[in-house]
Amino acid sequence: MHIMEGYLPLTWCIIWFVVSFIVVAYGIYQIKQIVDETPDSKALLAVSGAFMFILSSLKLPSVTGSCSHPCGNGLGAALFGPAVTAVLATIVLLFQAILLAHGGLTTLGANIFSMGIIGPFVAWLVYKACIKANISSTIAIFFAAFLGDLLTYVATSFQLAFAFPAPSFGSALTKFLVIFAVTQVPLAIGEGILTVIIWDRLKAYKPKLLDKLGVLAPNEA
Amino acid sequence: MERTTLIILAVICAIIFIAPLVMYSGLGEDDGYFGGADDAAGEAIEESGFKPWFSSIWEPPSGEIESLLFALQAAIGAIIIGYFFGYWRGQGKEE
Repeated sequence: MHIMEGYLPLTWCIIWFVVSFIVVAYGIYQIKQIVDETPDSKALLAVSGAFMFILSSLKLPSVTGSCSHPCGNGLGAALFGPAVTAVLATIVLLFQAILLAHGGLTTLGANIFSMGIIGPFVAWLVYKACIKANISSTIAIFFAAFLGDLLTYVATSFQLAFAFPAPSFGSALTKFLVIFAVTQVPLAIGEGILTVIIWDRLKAYKPKLLDKLGVLAPNEA
Repeated sequence: MERTTLIILAVICAIIFIAPLVMYSGLGEDDGYFGGADDAAGEAIEESGFKPWFSSIWEPPSGEIESLLFALQAAIGAIIIGYFFGYWRGQGKEE
């Protein structure tokens, strides 16, 4: 999902930087609010960030024969919403851009947009919709994590197709979707399962905190 | 969730990630397998004639150092999760 350093025309770098900056700034504001209201959730924030740290470091083989990594952005999105997750994703992406030369500083805005904003936003929408429909939060978190991961890669494909619409936007999009999104399907299922396991433990250890954050389904609270 | 359900889920997860290794057993990077999707996208972009205009300020000097840093990244995450989950579990037992 990383767009490599220097692989995006300057105009697009700036556009994604501006969009991402606004969301990350709002996320920092939200974190302040959350920590003031429920100081207990600091640990949960750390866990959500740490989950992203682990998952995005694992390069896993896919049935398509190429390798990619999960994102871990569904957990943070379900717990705290997309803006907060964008802040956590920024930390992970900076670590990878500076120390690992994965992704880059020029493409940081674009990468935050896919992994920190679009993926988490979709995950958050899916999660909230499931909870509203009174579906168990364990099932909800699976679909949130699965779609959050997959849509991150779909977003990257769109970003590249916008920047390189050759010979046409449609064919470029197909090309990038084959590289990113198709590879990602089994990985996204895996990420969904891993997130369910973590979620199950969170529910066992911190039910009151989850209830306070309002992330449980009405019949679970 | 029941402990058995958790174990079954973990096993399914393991199968998803082991299956490709079995399916393409014997094939390697030289045959075009198990390369990174990021690099594949980079190549696709270069085919269109685009030249990258900026390069990383620092790159891990070798694959060994790169895997060191990846392991470090995973370890940082695992320590944080392990610490809090252990702490919460202990807290729950005390109550």
